[in-house]
Amino acid sequence: MPVIRLINGWLKHFAYESQSLFFFSLKMVRGIFGRPLYLVETREQMYLIGIGSLYLVVLTGIFAGQGFALAFSVELADFGAKNYLGRIMAISIVRELGPVLTGLMIAARVAAGITAEIGAMKSSNQIDAMTAFGIDPIRKIAVPRLISLLVMVPALTVICDAIAIFGGYIIAIFIAHVTSTMYWSAVHERLIFGNIFIGLFKPVIYSMIIAFVSCYKGFGSEGGTKGVGRATTESVVLSSITILVANFFITKVVFAFIKGYL
Amino acid sequence: MIEFKNVDFSYGDRPIIKDVSFRIEEQESVAIMGPSGSGKSTILRLILGLECPQRGDIIIDGQNVCRMKERQKQEIRKKIGMVFQDGALFDSLSVWENVGYYLLEHTRMSPDEIGERAIQMLGFVGLDADEIVYKLPEHLSGGMQRRVAIGRALLSTDPKIMLYDEPTTGLDPQATENVITLINKLHSEKTISSIVVTHQIADALAIASRFIVISDGELVFSGDLDQLRECRDTQVLLFLAPFRLSVAEVEKKKFLDR
Repeated sequence: MPVIRLINGWLKHFAYESQSLFFFSLKMVRGIFGRPLYLVETREQMYLIGIGSLYLVVLTGIFAGQGFALAFSVELADFGAKNYLGRIMAISIVRELGPVLTGLMIAARVAAGITAEIGAMKSSNQIDAMTAFGIDPIRKIAVPRLISLLVMVPALTVICDAIAIFGGYIIAIFIAHVTSTMYWSAVHERLIFGNIFIGLFKPVIYSMIIAFVSCYKGFGSEGGTKGVGRATTESVVLSSITILVANFFITKVVFAFIKGYL
Repeated sequence: MIEFKNVDFSYGDRPIIKDVSFRIEEQESVAIMGPSGSGKSTILRLILGLECPQRGDIIIDGQNVCRMKERQKQEIRKKIGMVFQDGALFDSLSVWENVGYYLLEHTRMSPDEIGERAIQMLGFVGLDADEIVYKLPEHLSGGMQRRVAIGRALLSTDPKIMLYDEPTTGLDPQATENVITLINKLHSEKTISSIVVTHQIADALAIASRFIVISDGELVFSGDLDQLRECRDTQVLLFLAPFRLSVAEVEKKKFLDR
């Protein structure tokens, strides 16, 4: 049956890719703890990923926060519960929206860049040249990107959260007519350990997803410029989808474990 | 000394190298020839340990590369300089950083000292260092890029073997001449073994003293120029036919001019 053969082939391919990605990720993680550690490259990547993505995160945060606050303020007004806007904003932004939006924005911007850069290096034999000169390309190229993402994605998430909550504040003051004290005390009330923990744990996982997928796709790209283009698209799509799937499972699992702190 | 013993290599289901055996002695100058896609470049990748054969052994100075761990392969690679097709220069680094790449990565020499050595090396490969030392590779011509790549390979580990992957492909006649002269200079002055992969027969004849012809992944000829002339293997004759015709044209013209 051609359909069964097709499914069989697809499943085999999926299993092979998952296995390869797993072992590749393991090499990257091992690289963090080994020598040499390329600090100059890591610092450069931190700048490119962190500072380079700042405008994107700020814009996303401010407009997402305002849109979210606007939609909720209208609904809450119907129940006379506008004073709860700050609580809802704090919970939804810190726990869900901030990490996911930042993760998706970084996946779109950084994952594409990483895959395209590594893919181009591979197609022009620069990766092989590096190996020939006794340098491990995973340590030299992939590990600095992983470390930078591990540091920068949580930091950018915090910035995104702060900006989005501030965006909500603007809506609360000028449109929902909630007092400043009411809004901030409600926000403060929900900025508790459990929410902050989830809000900072998720970006760590997302940064790993972005680093593993984008580097894996870059190193695995084949077929010249066309292959690099294909790998870049796959990298963005796969990182974004994995972030969304991971978000659900992290919320589910973490919620079960630290329910008492929420 | 490099020896291939019954080497088979394939990418997935696609066989690339089939039961290839040959031996290259120290300080030899060998050209590996064959049509595009015949598996010539793969032989260089196998020598460097960038790929592992599915069957057979690759012996370099008495050590089997196929059974080595990555760290051991690095020791073998120190004896080998590789000039990749199109140079494979690091496009984000300047010319001097490319030439001094190995020293920058593996030694504690100061950047000034490495820069000095890179400039000397650029002079050795026939380039005007003052003009190009701070340029990015994309601002160099194809011929210059190949010579920078040769300089980079030479400054790395003082290699005993140089591998050249299509060193003259895509170059104009003048640049081709410069690269061939440089390869021959290295071979004679530094007594470095040269293994040149090319499908340009004229260039192979200008560089090598021994020739290996690969066709469809199989070794179909190995010998010196006289043996190559006498060879009646169909694959070898087919590969050499266009070149023989052009040589015959030149000879005919010379005869008629007389």
